[in-house]
Amino acid sequence: MKDNTIISLKDINVSFDGEVIINNISLDIKDEEFITFLGPSGCGKTTTLRIIGGFLEPDSGDLFYEGKRINGTPPHKRNINTVFQKYALFPHLNVFDNVAFGLKLKKLPKAEIKEKVKHMLSVVDLKGYDKRKVSQLSGGQQQRVAIARALVCDPDVLLLDEPLGALDLKLRKDMQIELKRIQKMTKKTFVYVTHDQEEALTMSDRVVVMNNGIIEQIGTPTDIYNEPANAFVADFIGEANILNATMIEDYKVNILGTEFKCTDAGFGNNAPVDVVIRPEDILVVPVENGTITGKVVNTVFKGVHYEMEVKCKNCTLLIHSTVSQNVGETIGMYVTPDNIHIMRKLFPTPYNEFDAVVAYSSEEDNTTTIIIEGKEVEIKDRYFEKDTNLHIILPPTGIYVAGDGVGQIDDVYIESVIWKGEYNEIIVESDCRKWLMHSAQDEQVATYAPVCFNFTDAIITVASNTEVSDEN
Amino acid sequence: MKTKKLIIPYILWMFLFTLVPMVLIISNTCRDDSGNFTFMYLMKAFNYKDEFFYSLWVAFLSTSICLIIAYPLSYFISQSSERAQRTYTMLIMVPMWMNFLLRIRAWVLLLQNNGPIDSFLNMIGLDIPLMYNTGAVVLGMVYEFLPFMILPLCTVMGKIDKSLIEAAQDLGCSKFNVIRKVVFPLSIPGIISGVTMVFVPSASTFLVSQYLGGPNNRMIGDVIEMLYKSDKHTASAIALLLMIVILVFMVIMDRFGDEEAVGV
Repeated sequence: MKDNTIISLKDINVSFDGEVIINNISLDIKDEEFITFLGPSGCGKTTTLRIIGGFLEPDSGDLFYEGKRINGTPPHKRNINTVFQKYALFPHLNVFDNVAFGLKLKKLPKAEIKEKVKHMLSVVDLKGYDKRKVSQLSGGQQQRVAIARALVCDPDVLLLDEPLGALDLKLRKDMQIELKRIQKMTKKTFVYVTHDQEEALTMSDRVVVMNNGIIEQIGTPTDIYNEPANAFVADFIGEANILNATMIEDYKVNILGTEFKCTDAGFGNNAPVDVVIRPEDILVVPVENGTITGKVVNTVFKGVHYEMEVKCKNCTLLIHSTVSQNVGETIGMYVTPDNIHIMRKLFPTPYNEFDAVVAYSSEEDNTTTIIIEGKEVEIKDRYFEKDTNLHIILPPTGIYVAGDGVGQIDDVYIESVIWKGEYNEIIVESDCRKWLMHSAQDEQVATYAPVCFNFTDAIITVASNTEVSDEN
Repeated sequence: MKTKKLIIPYILWMFLFTLVPMVLIISNTCRDDSGNFTFMYLMKAFNYKDEFFYSLWVAFLSTSICLIIAYPLSYFISQSSERAQRTYTMLIMVPMWMNFLLRIRAWVLLLQNNGPIDSFLNMIGLDIPLMYNTGAVVLGMVYEFLPFMILPLCTVMGKIDKSLIEAAQDLGCSKFNVIRKVVFPLSIPGIISGVTMVFVPSASTFLVSQYLGGPNNRMIGDVIEMLYKSDKHTASAIALLLMIVILVFMVIMDRFGDEEAVGV
């Protein structure tokens, strides 16, 4: 372990009611750094924070504090304090007593408590608020009392659970700067949880992007923004054009049927990849100079820049430019090689491949029924004998989200939804496997939906007995 | 205006069955049979001060015991899962579905001489008088009024934000200190309503002491009931005094509550 690591998580796992919340997370938190857990709701970021705070014990895995294992140590014996999501100020105490709460428990002399509380209240800009009731304070003031209350105990690590969530935009921006100032001044380790990517980028030294209980990427805000590890991170942080592409060979990528130079290598030849291009990285050039061309379909003035939607083949690209183009105009576009970021696909194959056994079939109706995860699914216009082992390659268009109650498999978990310029690429997870699907509709991530299958375009072959996996 | 009309039946009810009887009690207290104003009955009421103080003492004991039993129990219930909470609340309510006299009768059967408990104690060589003493009366009262202490406590404790408890632990509170420094001060409104709901009816109840306490442990409620047949003026005077004492008690509790229950 590096000497400046203060907290270390090793192979942490947490499940509630059989649902995996944290999936084998390992992470080192450095001393005096401002680290942010960023992710959509339900990604496990608050759970991770609660583990560090001692309010939750992981099912497995170890938590180290300065090299010592602290699993099972109750919160009051950890030198870690927390600023809670809704502040959790004690309503029966005034501002002074709230802040002094921890110090009184430490049985410090009265004069010292008074001095420390006064000092901390001045740090958070609440001088002279000692005698106020907490219910008389505004959201921002309560927030600062909560920070003072935690900081006055002089913890090595301060945990902050979406502390600015309840504040309005302007106050939130002010508090972001304030928090960063306090962190620098007090030289504490801040572990911050938020779902607001802008907040994370503004304040953090390092950002931990989480999704579905795993860490997608750890890096500085610049790294995360410029070099997203995968389509999820690219999509979650800032605005991005995320497109399907093929890596022709090292440093050459085929995007929308056009060959682009890029700076990435090592993906293999003719490998399907995701590319991300930030809207501000697409340069508008005269048609004859453009690598590709497209037609402007929409322009919106956003203050600093114009946001344009440009139709290029079937795909809609998003461009930020300080110069406006007329709707209907054809423009040329150019992207410098280092602004094209190549990422591995979230789903290993561009189609769904699985094995199934025919449960029963009808030659008359020309249908075959297979079992997928215990549910009977009918394949129309194909006939195979009962008990035949089938190998099925189902294109992403062969699965769709069904209405409530009519799904062939109910309650699949929508793991990621990424707009690929012309359709949403959706990854869903059923009991035994993951499925790739394309949909024109937007679906809500981290929810459950029923799905149906359509085997019209599927490639179905008879597999030999031995190859049948017991998966289905 | 429409909503105001809805309370007319209630006002009528209050007028007929609360206000009118009150006026009658006052009138019975202050006027003799021929209608002359007199303080004589109020003076006579003081002859029963022993029963009066005994009642307050029994009420005090019952309330204290109820509080001691109910407080940890309510804390436990409020900390358990929502489903468990519903089950516990249900179990606490079930005895209240039975008639109160029946339940007191049941205690008589249990405690009487040669009853199951007495026989058992005799068998192991103990001869403790189970009935016709203050202990039996207090037992009956606690049994009777415990739910009225638990329910308000549970409600108030259930409303305490879990994150407050976590915040207290976070700031260095051990489990005991969490209760002392956070849960207790925040549950004072529950304690106050619980104490009021137990003390007031226990002080004025009757029949419990007749069944379990016997003739030597009469409470003021029993005195009023007994006297009313022979001397309704003195009975009214005692009732009036009892009401005043309870009213004073409630006002004190209320003031106490206002001071402590800040921001809850």
